[in-house]
Amino acid sequence: MTNFPILSLITFLPILGMIVVLLIPKKQELAIKSLTIVITAVQVVLAIILLMNYNYSLGGINDIKSFQFIEKFRWIEITGFSWIGKIKIDYFLGVDGLSMPMVLLTAIVTFIASISSWTIDKSLKGYFAMFLLLDTGMMGVFVALDFFLFYVFWELMLLPMYFLIGIWGGPRREYAAIKFFLYTLLGSVLILLVMIGLYFSSMETLADGTRVFTFNMLEMMNPANYTTGGILSPLNPNNLRFIAYIGLFIGFAIKIPMFPFHTWLPDAHVEAPTAISVILAGVLLKMGTYGILRISYPIFPEITKQLVWYIALFGMINIIYGAFCAMAQKDFKKLIAYSSVSHMGYVMLGMAALNTMGISGAILQMFNHGTITAMLFLIVGVIYDRAHIRDLDSFGGLGKQMPVYTGFVTVAFFAAIGLPGLSGFISEALVFLGGFGNDITRVLAVISTLGILLGAGYMLWTLQRVFLGPLNEKWSSLKDMDFREYAMLVPLSIIIIFLGVYPGPMLSLMNSSVNTMVEFIEKAQAFYQTLGSL
Amino acid sequence: MESQFLINTSLYVLFLPLLGFVVTLLLGKKVKSIYLFENLVLILTFIASVLILYNKLVNFPDSKIVSEVEWFGFANTPLFGDISIKLGIMIDNITAMMLFVVALISMLVHLYSIAYMKGDERYNRYFAYLGIFTFSMNGIVLTHNILMMYIFWELVGLSSYLLIGFWFEKKSASDAGKKAFIVNRVGDLGMFAGILILFFTYRTFSFEEIFNSISAGVLPFNSTFWLSVTGILLFCGAIGKSAQFPLHVWLPDAMEGPTPVSALIHAATMVAAGVYLVIRIFGLLTADAMLFIAVIGMISSFIPATIALTQNDIKKVLAYSTISQLGYMIMALGVGAYQFAFFHLVTHAFFKAALFLGSGSVIHAMHHEQDIRYMGGLRKKMPLTYWTFVISSLAIAGIPLTSGFLSKDGILASSLAFANLTGHWLFPITGFLVALLTAFYMFRLIIITFHGEPKDHHKFEHAHESPFVMVMPLVVLATLSVFIWYTPNPINADQGWVLSKWIEKPVLHTPVETRFDFMKPDTEATPENEPIMYSTIYTEAMHHAHYPAMFISLFVAISGILLAFVFYHWKKVNVDALTERIKPLYTFSLNKWYFDELYDKTFVSGTLLLSRALGWFDLKIIDGIVNGAAAATKSLSFFIGNFDRIVIDGFVNLTAYLSGFFGLLFRRIQTGKVQTYIVLVIFSIVILLFIFR
Repeated sequence: MTNFPILSLITFLPILGMIVVLLIPKKQELAIKSLTIVITAVQVVLAIILLMNYNYSLGGINDIKSFQFIEKFRWIEITGFSWIGKIKIDYFLGVDGLSMPMVLLTAIVTFIASISSWTIDKSLKGYFAMFLLLDTGMMGVFVALDFFLFYVFWELMLLPMYFLIGIWGGPRREYAAIKFFLYTLLGSVLILLVMIGLYFSSMETLADGTRVFTFNMLEMMNPANYTTGGILSPLNPNNLRFIAYIGLFIGFAIKIPMFPFHTWLPDAHVEAPTAISVILAGVLLKMGTYGILRISYPIFPEITKQLVWYIALFGMINIIYGAFCAMAQKDFKKLIAYSSVSHMGYVMLGMAALNTMGISGAILQMFNHGTITAMLFLIVGVIYDRAHIRDLDSFGGLGKQMPVYTGFVTVAFFAAIGLPGLSGFISEALVFLGGFGNDITRVLAVISTLGILLGAGYMLWTLQRVFLGPLNEKWSSLKDMDFREYAMLVPLSIIIIFLGVYPGPMLSLMNSSVNTMVEFIEKAQAFYQTLGSL
Repeated sequence: MESQFLINTSLYVLFLPLLGFVVTLLLGKKVKSIYLFENLVLILTFIASVLILYNKLVNFPDSKIVSEVEWFGFANTPLFGDISIKLGIMIDNITAMMLFVVALISMLVHLYSIAYMKGDERYNRYFAYLGIFTFSMNGIVLTHNILMMYIFWELVGLSSYLLIGFWFEKKSASDAGKKAFIVNRVGDLGMFAGILILFFTYRTFSFEEIFNSISAGVLPFNSTFWLSVTGILLFCGAIGKSAQFPLHVWLPDAMEGPTPVSALIHAATMVAAGVYLVIRIFGLLTADAMLFIAVIGMISSFIPATIALTQNDIKKVLAYSTISQLGYMIMALGVGAYQFAFFHLVTHAFFKAALFLGSGSVIHAMHHEQDIRYMGGLRKKMPLTYWTFVISSLAIAGIPLTSGFLSKDGILASSLAFANLTGHWLFPITGFLVALLTAFYMFRLIIITFHGEPKDHHKFEHAHESPFVMVMPLVVLATLSVFIWYTPNPINADQGWVLSKWIEKPVLHTPVETRFDFMKPDTEATPENEPIMYSTIYTEAMHHAHYPAMFISLFVAISGILLAFVFYHWKKVNVDALTERIKPLYTFSLNKWYFDELYDKTFVSGTLLLSRALGWFDLKIIDGIVNGAAAATKSLSFFIGNFDRIVIDGFVNLTAYLSGFFGLLFRRIQTGKVQTYIVLVIFSIVILLFIFR
C-alpha cells in the first residue's frame, strides 16, 4: 500500500472521468450522470481506504517524515538562468491530520452533490465535465504540499466554478459568476505575490548539497532556510513579512469569506444550482481557513501570534454580523448563505485561540459546517425544485404537507443552531472552550456566544415561516421527498448525528497534527524573536 | 447488592425512553399502535426507577455512586496537558428521588395521554416526543458533570419546543414554541459562560472534582468575586429553564402545548430542572450569589401570583402559580434552605401535575374550552376530577395534612430565620403575601370552575367524568399530596424520613469568608467535605421560626381561601364593582405587567431593526463598495479605452493623415518634368545661399 499513489488517484480520478465524459456521446445522458456518481463514489471509497490506513500518531504540519501517503518527485526543472540558478518545482502530495478531515469532507460532499446534479438538464455533458474538473481542483488543494502545486489546484478550481455558476445558474448568474471569479482572482493574485516572494526568500538543500530556491511549503516553514537578503526573510529589516502575511490572509479570507470580503457569497449561492451551492458552501469555503492553517500559520508563526486578536475579532464580527444579516433575508437560500458567513466565523475564532481545543474545534467546525450546510442547501433545493420560489414568506405549514422532509429540516436546522447531540454543538463548544482558554481571545469568545442565541433566532423563525402555521393552500399538492433526496439527506443526517454523539474518532484523527501545530507556533515564535534581536 | 446494579439500572432508566422515541418515531406512520410500545417502555422505566430508589435508600443511604467513562479527549496538548471529557452518572439520594418523580409523572402522563390525545392526527409522534423528553430529563437528573447537564438541558429545550408547538398549525402554538426556546437560550448563554469559566479554571466538568478543587482553594481568576460571578452565571440557566423573573415570559405561552405536556414538562419536571441545577451547584455558591438567587426567587414568586389573580384561562392560572412556586424553591435555595427547596420540588411536582391533569380533564370534558368564565357547576358532573383538584389545591395553598403544607412551611420558616439572622425581612414578608395570594387564586379557580351554575349549558350537558386512564393518574397524584408519604407528623416534617434521612444535608465548598455568617462552621475543626454548613445559631433560629411561620402561613392560607369564598361563592363582595374601583391595578395584572409588550418593543424589535439595518448596510454599503469598485474600474477602462481610441490612436491617425496630406501636397510638385525640378533646385539653392551667407 505504501508505494501506491493513492493521493494522485483520488485527486486525478475525476479528471480521468472528465475525459471519459467528454468522449461519451451527448445523447447518453444516463451514462454521463451515472459515471459521475460512480467516480465520486469511488472517491469516497478511496477516502475511506486512506482513513483506514492512516496512522493517528503522526503529526505532519512541518515535518515531512510524519506526513502520510507522500508522493514527491521533480515536476518542473529549468536550469541555466545564471541569476536565479535552477528553477525546481516538485510534485509533492501528502496528508496529515489537518488535511485528512478535509479530504473526507470533499469526497463526501462531492458525492452528495453529484447525486444532487441528477436533475440538471441543460448541456449536461459540459456540466458534468466541469463538475469533475472542479472536483480535482478541490481535492488537489487539500493534498498539495508544494506551494506552486497548491496554487495550480487553487486556480484550477476557479474556472469550472465560474462556468458552473455562469451557465447553469439562476437569472442573475452572469453577474454572480463574474463577481465570484474576479473576487477570487483578486485573492489569488495576492496569494501568488506572496508565493513568489517566499520563493525568492527560502532555499532548500538538495540531496547533492546544492541550495536552490524552493516552493516546498515545509521548507518555507523552517526559518533556517531563509536567505539573508530574501525579500520575505525574517532577517530582512524592512519587515515585509507583515505585509505579506496580511496579503496572504486577505487572499484566503476572501474564500472563507471573511467580513468585509463576503458579499460574493450570497450572490454566488443564490444563483448557483443546488449541487454547486452544496460544493461551494461545503468545500470551497473551507479552502480559505485551510489555507490559513496550512500556509499562513506555520510559515509566519511569529506574525500569527501577533495578530490572533484581530483574527478572533473578525471571527466574532463574522459570527454576529452574519447572523444579523441572515435574520434580515427574505430569500431562503440567501439566508442559508449568510448563516455560512456566521458559522465560518466560529472557525476563525477557534483558529485564533492557538490552543488544541480551539484549533481542533475549528477543524471540526470546518467539517461539520461542510456537512450541515450541504444539508441546508439540499433542503432549499428540495423545496425550490417543487415550488420554484424561495421566498420565505410565501410558504407556511409545509410541516403538515411534507412531514418527512420537515423532519430532516428539523435535524439540519437544530444542527446549525448547535443543539447538543448533533455535530455542530461539539465544534462550537470546543471553539468557545479554546477561545476562552487563551487570554487574548477570551473576551471576544464570550461576546461571540451571542451567535448561539441569534442563530436560534433566525433558524427557528425560518422554520416557523416555512414549515409551521396553517398550510398555504397553494402548496397542498407538493409531494414529500423521493428516493434521490433520501439518498442525499440520510447519509448527511447520519454523519451529523454520529459526530454529535461520538466526536472522538474525528478529534483523534486531527489530534497529533493540532498538537504539533500549536507546539510549532509556540516554539517558532521564540525562535523568530531571537532572530529579530540579531 | 452491588452499586453496579444501580448504575446499570440507571442506564435503563436513561436509555429506555430514548429507545421508545426512536422506535415510535420511525414506525409511527406504519404501525398505528406503536404508542403502546412507548407506554410499555415508560412503565419499565418507572419500575427501574423504583428499584433505584429502593436500593439507594436501603443499601447505600449515605454514599454517592459515581461511574464515568471518557467521551473524547485530547492527548498531550502542548498548553494544557491531557484533556479528557467524561460522561458520567452520579446517584445520590436526591438523584434517586428525582428519577422516581420524573419517571412516575412521565408514566402517568403517558397513560393519561392515551385518552386525552385520542384522535389526534399525529398521535404516535406525540408519544415519541414524550419519549425523548423523558430521556433528556433523566439525563439532567443522572449526570455527574456540568457539561452533560448543559447537553441534556438543551435537549429538554428541544422536546419542550417540539411539544409546545405540537399543534403547529396554530400560529400561537408555533410562536410559543419558538419563544420558549429562544428565551431559554438567553439564560443558557449565561450558563454556558459559567461553564467556560469552570472548565478554564478546573479543566474538568465534574461537579465532584470542581468542588474538591474549590475546597482546596482554587478559585476562578483567583478571586472570590469571580466565584460569585460563576455561580450567578450558572444560575442564569435556571432563570431560563425555571421561568424565573425576568425570563418568566415563556412559560404562560407554553400552555399552547397539549395539557398533559403542560403537566409533565411545564409544571412538574422540566421547569424544576432549574431548581435541580441550583441544588447540584449549591456547593460553590457564595453568600453574594445566594442573595442574588434569593432575590430573583422572591420577585418570581410575587409577580406571577399577582397576575394569576385575574387570569381567566384555567391553564394560565396554573402556569403563573407554577412560576410562583418555583420562585419559592429558588428563594429557599437562596436563603440556604436546601432541603426544603428539594422537598417542595417533589411535593409541588405531584400536586401541580395533579392540578394540570385535572384541568386537562376539565378541558377534555368541555370540548377544549379553557376559559373558566364559560365553566361552572362541574363539581357534580366530574366528582373525581373535582376532589383530586381540591386536595391538590389545598396542598398548594398549604393547608395542614397535605404535603404542600409541610414543604411550604419549611421554606417560609427558613426565610423567617434568614431574616432574623441577616435582616432581610422582605423575603418572609413576600413569602407570606404570596401564600395568601396563592390560596386566594386557587380557590377562585375552583369556585368558578366547579361550583355555582353552569354558564355554557350546551357544553355542560355534554360534560362527563373522564375515562379511567385519565382519572387514575389524578387519584395517584392527589394521594401523593397527602402528608403521610413524607412524615408521620402532619405539622412538622423535620423528623420525617424524607427530610431527616433521604435528603442529604448540603456540603458547602466555598471559602469560609465568602459564606453567610450563619453558614460558617462553629469550630475550625470541622473536617472537609462533610455536611457542615449550619451553625448552631442557624439551627436555633430555625427552631424559633418554626411555630411563628406555621401559624402565619396557616392564617394567610385560610384567609385566602375564605376570601375566595367571600368573593366568588357567597358573593358578599361585588367583584365587578371592586374591579372597576381598582381598574388600573386590574388591567396591569390582567396584562401580565406588560412584560411581553416591553420585551417586544425593546429586545425583539431592537434585534429585528438591527438585523434589517445590517442587512441594508451589507447590501448597499459593503456590496455597494464592491460593485462601486467594479463600476469605477469599468468607467476607468471606458475612459482609458476612449483615450486610447481618441488620443493615442488619434495621434497615430493624425500622423497618417498628415503624411497623407503632405503627400498630397507634394504630389503636386512632383510633376515628372526635369525643367521644373531644375527650377526648384536652383530656387532652393538661392534661398539656402541667402540664408547661410
